[in-house]
Parts: sequence; C-alpha cells; structure tokens
Amino acid sequence: MSSRLKILTNGIIRENPILVLVLGTCPFLAVTTQASNAIGMGAAVTFVLLCSNVLISMLRKVISEKVRIPCYIVVIASFVTLVQMIVQAFLPALNDALGIYLPLIVVNCIILGRAEMFAGKNGVFNSALDAIGMGVGYTLAMLVMASIREILGSGTWFGMELPVLVDNNISIMIMAPGGFAIFGVLIAIINKATKGKAPRVKDFGCASCPSAAACGGGLSCAGDGKEVAAK
Amino acid sequence: MKEIIAIIMTAVLVNNYVLSQFLGICPFLGVSKKLDQATGMSIAVIFVMVLATAVTYPIQYFVLDQNGLGYLQTIVFILVIAALVQLVEIVLKKYIPALHASLGVYLPLITTNCAVLGVCISNVDSYLLPGAAFGLSFAHALFNAFGSGLGFLLAMVLFAGVRTRVERCNCPACFKGMPITLLSASILSVSFMGFAGLVENLLG
Repeated sequence: MSSRLKILTNGIIRENPILVLVLGTCPFLAVTTQASNAIGMGAAVTFVLLCSNVLISMLRKVISEKVRIPCYIVVIASFVTLVQMIVQAFLPALNDALGIYLPLIVVNCIILGRAEMFAGKNGVFNSALDAIGMGVGYTLAMLVMASIREILGSGTWFGMELPVLVDNNISIMIMAPGGFAIFGVLIAIINKATKGKAPRVKDFGCASCPSAAACGGGLSCAGDGKEVAAK
Repeated sequence: MKEIIAIIMTAVLVNNYVLSQFLGICPFLGVSKKLDQATGMSIAVIFVMVLATAVTYPIQYFVLDQNGLGYLQTIVFILVIAALVQLVEIVLKKYIPALHASLGVYLPLITTNCAVLGVCISNVDSYLLPGAAFGLSFAHALFNAFGSGLGFLLAMVLFAGVRTRVERCNCPACFKGMPITLLSASILSVSFMGFAGLVENLLG
C-alpha cells in the first residue's frame, strides 16, 4: 500500500514534472498569465495523461517494442482531440484563452515521457495513480506560477481585483520576459529549499526524454545521454 | 513583395516563436549550449518547418476541410510530421550523406518539437480563411513557416552566445544551471519586445 502512495505522491513533490524534471515547459510559460487558465490547462493535461497512461498500460503487451512511439503518439493525439472537442463545446472562453496550446498538448514531453517511462512497463492501476500524481503536480506548479504572474502582473487573482496591487501592476510579469524570469526564480527556490538534493533530469538519464528511442546517444541533448550510450 | 517581407519580419522579430510565443522551449534550453549544435538544430528546424507546412497545408485544404474532417487535424498533422521526418532522414542518408552527417542527429528530435506542429496549426488557422485563394495563401503560409524557422535560428544563435558566457560566471549556487539560463532568456526576450510595432511603422 505504501508503495502505491509513493507512486501517487512522487509526481506531486519529488519528481514534479515542471519544477524538478523541467518537462513540458512551453504551455507552462505560455498560458500561466491567469490562474483560471492554469487550472484549465492543468485539468486538460491531467485528463489526457490519465487516459493515455491507462490505455497504454492496457496495451503494453500488445504493442511491439519497435513501433511503440508511433502507437503512443496516436493514442495521445486521440485523447487530445477528445479534450479539444469537449473544451470547444462547453468552455469556449477557455478555448480562446488556451488557443494553439490546447492541440499542442500532443507534443507535451510529460505525456509521452510518462508513457515511455511508466505506463509501458507497469500495471493499469499503478499507471493511473502515476498519471494522477503527475497531473496534480503539473496543475499545482502551474497554479503557483500563474498566481504569482497574475497577482503581480494584473493585480487580480482568478479575476478578483486585489486592493493596491490592481493600480500598481507590473505588466511585464504577464508578458514573455516575466514568464522566463519567474520560472527561473521558482526553480532556484526549489534548489535552495532542497539544498540541491532534488533529483535532476540527468539522474533520469535519457529515459524521460521522448526522443530517447530515436536519438543516437545524447549528442544533441541537454542530459549527458550516458544511459542510452551505455546500451 | 511588401507583404512577404512583412510576414517574414513579423515571424522573425516581432512574434519570435521562442521568445514571445514560447514554442520550442525544450530545444532552446537543451541544445543551445554550443554554437555549432544550435546552428545545426535550427537549420534542421527551418527545413522541417517549411516541408511540414508544404505537406500539411494542402492536406487540410483538399482533404480534411472538403470532407468535413477538420476535427482530425491534430492526429493527422502529428502523424504526417513524424512520417515526414523519418522519410527526410532516409532520403538524406541515401542521397546526401554529407548533409545527413551534420543534420541527421537533430532530425528525430524535431518530431516532438512543438514549434513544428505549432507552425503548421497556426498557418492553417491564420491563412486558410474561407474564400481565400489557395495559391496566394499557400505561398504566405510557406513564407511564414520559413520566417518562423529563421526566428528560431536567430534566438538559438544569440542565446548560444549568451550561454557560453553565463556558464562561466560565478552566480549563487542555487541559481546555477537552469535558473540562470532562464533569467538570461528573460533578458533576451526583453530585447525582442523592442521590436513590437516595427513592421507596422516600417511597412505601413
């Protein structure tokens, strides 16, 4: 039981996909201008992650090793299309706010990374737990980032106007430079809090990288690629 | 001609894919450590972006839209891009081995690059308007793809230069690595904000 709890909490704190693993940064930086967008995006990613992890875990014995990446991409793309249709139908305002980043969930490294690292090797129940943990971790990180940016940048939180701040907003915070800067400071705070003991992308080797199967051994990647090279 | 220059300048400077639209951040942070790798990767990205637009745009126009299959866009595009990248790699390996040796390693990484899928989808969204003539809008989409790729190249090359200096600087321990890289990216992106309004004022 405790191992299952560990799988669930792993994604939330120890291996937080954004703040520790630094995966899936594009939508993270782009849609975190408002806290409500962050919740919407987080929910969409969690849903796709949960469905694709469960389905891939069910199919893991059927899918041949050599064609697994294209298979994973098809599964993920189908669920992304599903989410797109749901959001377009019921939440048109969110659809406009997320724009192109909604279909781009399909190339989000977290989802393919979890399929490759976890769902392709573990049972259905554990994969579902892993997906929920990772999804919640992603949503929480987005919420923190979006709250900071929205409060400083527009003086509001979930659209509620905050006294004083609303008249003295720092609008660069909701623009591109503010996104990069706050993300950098957040990672620095995590580094400081964990005293550099948090696991790094390097510790996960190339397994977390969706391109690992195709890449010849990390010549062009951020990690040192030792894991793949060793094979 | 004026329109084409405006499209390319907007894509390279004003709406830079990396620094103002946050697409392709992973390779931007990952591959920008050395100048030659950054250039190689970016040239491969330009190549694939133009090629992917050239293939996905007609598919959207002639196949998906005319049969009411618009909702299959995401699945079709990602599969087409993945297949295309594989095909390009095989062709390069067979016929132009010299080019394959320099660009080959970057090609597989591009399949999951969100900038490539992003440029295909945004081209379809912004140029494929009802009633627009196919030829002209297709040409504009191709120039936009080329400009977006050039913008990626510019951001990567500039940032590779910044980063070789930053790596050597002595910053607080908790900022080493990713945080200081992101802070430098932030300053680079401030400089790109200065280009806002450039195209409107220059080309009217």
